[in-house]
Amino acid sequence: MSRINDLFKSKPHVINVGIESFKDDLLQQGAEVIHLEWTPPGRGNPSLIAALDKFENKELLEKIEAANNLAVERIINSQPVLIGFDQAINCVPGMTKTTILHAGPPITWDKMNGPMKGAVTGALVFEGLAKNVEEAAKLAASGEITFSPCHEHNCVGSMAGVTSASMFMHIVENKTYGNIAYTNLSEQLAKILRMGANDQSVIDRLIWMRDVFGPILRDAMKLNPTGIDLRLMLAQALHMGDECHNRNVAGTTLLIQALTPYIIQTDFTIEQKKEVFDFVASSDYFSGPTWMAMAKCALDAAHGIENSTIVTTMARNGVEFGIRVSGMPGNNWFTGPAQKVIGPMFAGYKPEESGLDIGDSAITETYGFGGFAMATAPAIVALVGGTPEEAIGYTTKMREITTTENPNITIPLLDFMGIPTGIDVRKVVQTGIMPVINTAIAHKEAGIGMIGAGITYPPVEAFEKSLLALSEK
Amino acid sequence: MKVQALIKKNTYFDSVSLMSLSTKANQIEGVEQAIIAMGTEMNKEVMRNVGLLTPEVEVAGASDLIIVVKSANDELCETAFKSINDLFIKKNTGKKGKSDIKYSTISAAAGNNLEVNLAIIAVNGAYAAREARKALENDLHVMMFSDNVSIEDEIELKNLAHDKGLFMMGPDCGTAIIGNTALCFANAVRKGNIGIVGASGTGSQEVSVRVHEFGFGISQLIGTGGRDLKEEVGGIMMLDGIQALEDDEETKVIVVISKPPAPSVEEKVLAKIKNCKKPVVVWFVGGNEEKITAADAHFAKMSKEAALKAIVLAGADESKLNKRALNIPLINEVRTKLTAEQKYIRGLFSGGTLADEAMHAAMVKFDNVYSNIQRNPEYRLKDRYTSQEHTFIDFGDDEYTQGKPHPMIDPSTRLERFIQEAKDPSVGAIIMDFVLGYGAHEDPVGAFLPAIMEAKHQAEQEGRHLEIIGYVLGTELDPQDYQEQIDKLLAAGVTHASSMQNAGLLAREFVVKGE
Repeated sequence: MSRINDLFKSKPHVINVGIESFKDDLLQQGAEVIHLEWTPPGRGNPSLIAALDKFENKELLEKIEAANNLAVERIINSQPVLIGFDQAINCVPGMTKTTILHAGPPITWDKMNGPMKGAVTGALVFEGLAKNVEEAAKLAASGEITFSPCHEHNCVGSMAGVTSASMFMHIVENKTYGNIAYTNLSEQLAKILRMGANDQSVIDRLIWMRDVFGPILRDAMKLNPTGIDLRLMLAQALHMGDECHNRNVAGTTLLIQALTPYIIQTDFTIEQKKEVFDFVASSDYFSGPTWMAMAKCALDAAHGIENSTIVTTMARNGVEFGIRVSGMPGNNWFTGPAQKVIGPMFAGYKPEESGLDIGDSAITETYGFGGFAMATAPAIVALVGGTPEEAIGYTTKMREITTTENPNITIPLLDFMGIPTGIDVRKVVQTGIMPVINTAIAHKEAGIGMIGAGITYPPVEAFEKSLLALSEK
Repeated sequence: MKVQALIKKNTYFDSVSLMSLSTKANQIEGVEQAIIAMGTEMNKEVMRNVGLLTPEVEVAGASDLIIVVKSANDELCETAFKSINDLFIKKNTGKKGKSDIKYSTISAAAGNNLEVNLAIIAVNGAYAAREARKALENDLHVMMFSDNVSIEDEIELKNLAHDKGLFMMGPDCGTAIIGNTALCFANAVRKGNIGIVGASGTGSQEVSVRVHEFGFGISQLIGTGGRDLKEEVGGIMMLDGIQALEDDEETKVIVVISKPPAPSVEEKVLAKIKNCKKPVVVWFVGGNEEKITAADAHFAKMSKEAALKAIVLAGADESKLNKRALNIPLINEVRTKLTAEQKYIRGLFSGGTLADEAMHAAMVKFDNVYSNIQRNPEYRLKDRYTSQEHTFIDFGDDEYTQGKPHPMIDPSTRLERFIQEAKDPSVGAIIMDFVLGYGAHEDPVGAFLPAIMEAKHQAEQEGRHLEIIGYVLGTELDPQDYQEQIDKLLAAGVTHASSMQNAGLLAREFVVKGE
């Protein structure tokens, strides 16, 4: 009975669950107490508790743990490398001239929100499939256009995520597992297609990106024999104060630094090359999509492992928030309503004008940076309305719903702790802790663009549905 | 009047914290009425009854926090919401470090703090077993304050704990003292060589304060939870507790406290005691002497007697003790003040075992003793709101709490009943306990004082004597001021009893006629 003897010989060191005054009484007596931030598991829903209990069954539990260990091992060991750029029609699986890829889970034209409709019509004009946005709206409603989630084509798309045939894509290869991920190029910030803007300035920029920016990047990477190791670069960027979702100052500098020696060797004019450098310098966001593709590349390698409860996708289409879970292979989406994004607005805009949470960029949090790595980006805690202590709190909190820490990507401020990795739906439902997501805010109407940035959380329903589905397998 | 509701989705606070916040919210200027509560069906029912059920409240879930305010106008509601929000904000103490890290699961807290050794589980019974299992899996001893846990879960948890060499105190365990630290509801007593294993919380509290008063101390006080000695559970925790105290070097004498166990369990426990190398005092409230003495244990009929036997076995010189004998002149004096029809005792208790002990004292001389905790169904109270002849009520029983906090925290239900009983001309004596210590109300006597004085005054107007016996369960080391509580009783003309045993006996003797 040595454990009892140990208890008698030392003072109680207590974890207090529930009534908080017990904690105060213990502190008054000089005892050590940790008071849990406890909520009823599964919001007190008996079927969810039953599902959680089912997963506690020893035999099943061992299978789940083994599957999850494999899943996080694949996320961590993935080595995504940027190997080139090309037009979507040339590289993206399933892409056709009349296909429009979009962010988040599947959605039909009639259900799309303002920013996504704005982006779709803008893209149809850009592709020459419609003369103007009015005609484009008719075409979109006609059934002649194939709409499909980026995620179902090895892609991710920032904000509306609208990706059409002639847009240039990052090509990121997983050197460990061989899969490839794609995402289009940053239009930089504010009045842009992905935020729902679609006037002539937006279309002109897309044309320049197709005719100059994309080809220069494509040709530059053809000259790079090894590709660019994005995991390594991401790790550096985090050490330099980026969380690589809402802050990309360091990452963009690192990326353009790696690209420059090859850009200058391409057969374009000095003037065109200067345009490229000016464009990259016009916004820190240039590398934002790059990190998304990097995360997508690693997470796809962890998808489809039987019994795994690890989240491999979090994505929003502006109406619904959808997740995919490794143990439910293929395109099984679990959804709930997209939430508001809370944060500072650009001058002149009010919270009521915000569109709901949108974009595939939550793939960064799914991997473990973005909101999960807030502790490493104290410079932007003001953007999300907090203090550096709160930023540390966001990161440490995420450890409670994840499986492990990624030793390849660390946070100096937290004694070089690895970023929290492998969101486990069991833990989310059990604790009620939602993954924290840093993101931008698009105006709810088509045609306007970005109006702010902040933080948001997924709807708990998506996790609850996935847990029930897993338990019924 | 405007009623406005604010719903905080998936935000959990325990009922005790919310009660304290509700109280403060109702004091905010301009607030007609405010309720802060979780969105359980029961709470929503309460809001419906008082006209505070808005459409938002109606659709709120059990894990949503509801704040409802009734004020003269919308503006005042808004101001109230702001003030209420401030109540939720904890002041930053400026201290940085480990305690700032918040955990949501036992596994996370235990995994990051290897020195933790015990978990207190005080959540809704529907969730308590899960949390206890997690704690045991993380090699933590468990004290489970929660009740409404199934007996199957209790057995499984206790077996798991037993196999791992851990304590599983509870479910429904409110009292323990480990390493001289009071857990949940317990008193501050000095460290000593008397060990207690108790299935009854207030019974254990009572014996621990008597031991302290006699100048001795407590090595460990282990709670088992009220159902441990039932047939199904088989006394797993009681047996482990006795063994632990037998193995504990600091413990010289063991006191075992419980309601009479199920026969098969009693057999096991007494067999264990018979083989125990240390002297054991047994107080089974209303229990059988023969079997206990046959097990070479020391039988105690009442609480003070149990404490006295324990300290004498631990080496106290009996001849030098002030045993606080009953005050015979006082008994005679009170008898003369009571009329012939003032013949019934009304015991209004916050402590279950305290009620039980007083009831058993009365049952020695009367057979018309009714209670909500009577073992014999014939003598159960027919209506919980109406007393019958001699009536003893344990207000900590589920049927009286009805979702409210325990009467040791929230005196309201017992207070209402006191006012009712004080008006009854057939009442000879009202007996009440006032429990101090950690977990308990900060001023239990103070909460009753205005009502006591009003009742005394009323009785005087009607030309009858109202005899009230008050017992303060506490020590001078408790967070409340023990002496001040007693002084308040005395100043209000209440008869102060020095122990629960004496309180029970005094009540009985006061109303005995023709002796």
